[in-house]
Amino acid sequence: MKTTVSPASLNPAASGMEPPRKYKQIAGWIILVAVIVACSVRTEATPYQLIVGLPQMGSLLQEMFPPDWSYLPTIWGPMMETLQIAILGTTLGALLAVPVALLCASNLGVSRWVSLPTRMVLNLVRTIPDLLFAAIFVAVFGIGPFAGMLALVFFSFGIIAKLTFEAIEAIDPGPLEAMTAVGANRLQIIMYGVVPQALPYFMSYLLYTFEVNVRAAAVLGLVGAGGIGLLLDRSLGLFRYDRAAIIILLTLAIVLVIDYGSTMIRRKLL
Amino acid sequence: MKSNTTPVTGKASGSAFRARIRFALTALIVIAVYYWSIQGIRFEGIQGTAGTVSKSILQGFLHPDWSFVYIPEGEDLLRGLLDTLVISILGTVVAAVVCIPFAFWASTNMSRRLAVSGSGKIALSVIRVFPEIIVAILFIKAVGPGSFAGVLALGIHSVGMLGKLYSETIENIDRGPQEALIASGANRLQVLRYAVLPQVIPQFLSYSLYRFEINIRSATTLGLVGAGGIGTPLIFALQVRNWNRVGIILLGIIALVVLTDLVSGWLRKRIT
Repeated sequence: MKTTVSPASLNPAASGMEPPRKYKQIAGWIILVAVIVACSVRTEATPYQLIVGLPQMGSLLQEMFPPDWSYLPTIWGPMMETLQIAILGTTLGALLAVPVALLCASNLGVSRWVSLPTRMVLNLVRTIPDLLFAAIFVAVFGIGPFAGMLALVFFSFGIIAKLTFEAIEAIDPGPLEAMTAVGANRLQIIMYGVVPQALPYFMSYLLYTFEVNVRAAAVLGLVGAGGIGLLLDRSLGLFRYDRAAIIILLTLAIVLVIDYGSTMIRRKLL
Repeated sequence: MKSNTTPVTGKASGSAFRARIRFALTALIVIAVYYWSIQGIRFEGIQGTAGTVSKSILQGFLHPDWSFVYIPEGEDLLRGLLDTLVISILGTVVAAVVCIPFAFWASTNMSRRLAVSGSGKIALSVIRVFPEIIVAILFIKAVGPGSFAGVLALGIHSVGMLGKLYSETIENIDRGPQEALIASGANRLQVLRYAVLPQVIPQFLSYSLYRFEINIRSATTLGLVGAGGIGTPLIFALQVRNWNRVGIILLGIIALVVLTDLVSGWLRKRIT
């Protein structure tokens, strides 16, 4: 908040530091506009293209309605498989995340030589998107829900471990100090000092990741990793947009129900 | 909690009993859910080729195809990454602008009737539940495969989350300046320009940058369905099992994500 004494600063209404900040702001906005223009030149994306494409979009939507309700029994099974992939993927990922989160937290007396590299690995895992994991696991384990589940294990592991170790670092140090003072060992400190404080957050993050994973699992099938995405891909490939519509509608309904339930439970937890 | 504590009153023991029943019920439901899930995902055993495939994947990652980084003519890593970056920048910009009216629509303190803001919130959550890959597939059908479909997909999908964050920002602003301006006879537009916008713009920018960090991760996979960026060469390399190329593309994605996270984090710190 350094301000050079300028005539303007003598006038309290004009607030002395206005001029230098204003120039910087204007420069920032100009750079932003330049970047946007450069980007739209690169992608050849113009509003004109959108206007030309809109009628096609309209006819697509027209073909989607009415949705093919008779297809519903066929897609119910794969939809449930999607849920199962999400449930198992989230759970296994969360179980893997617990020890790693404990290693990463800086307030549990873990050596920096262990915690910093672990955090770096965690950051690397989180840069890889779920679909990429799925594509790789499909190559190793073959087409099917198992590859999708493994992809979600790694994906949710990254998210939950990061959020949990940050929650552990924010816990009240009082109980930990008291237990150290009376001679508790590290396992006891974790069991009785850390877990009771961090567990509600951990459960809440687990549910949140589950919500994310249901959405992710719905598209994993596009790369062959099981679930409803495979049928969506097939319907779109056969130009059966009425079937694609019912798949999308069912996905929306399931996602909404799960989001609602999960939000209710999370509100109770925290 | 302990069973040997003597209950002081009958009421207390009743609630402890109820808590135990509730715990047992929850446990039963959880066990049933897991039983059902494990039934569904049968492990069909590792394929016979899994060993050799894993070995060649590892080989590929250890010896990335450096020649793919820059090819003077045609598709290479740097162009793919640039396209991915450009798609996520444009997608974020589109979303950051489109979601502003949605945000004002969904904020409880911008309208007198709760039905207005409530319907806005519902609209935003409907947008949020569409996975961006599905949005991308729909836009590919409309504007053809390529970067533009990716931009639109990210733009539309991000509106859901950004609109929610923006509207929460608007709901949390200091009402003082607004009331002062209304008292001195300013009209709605003036109140918006001089009382609301100065308070919310830094937060809007910060959230947009955060969304940009998410979008760059999504943009790397948009190409898997044909919406431009690095995902397109990646899916080709995966299909022909060219693991050296997959390796270099993964390295490129990691480098891009780490770099943009650093730049965006630095910018966010400066803004707020």
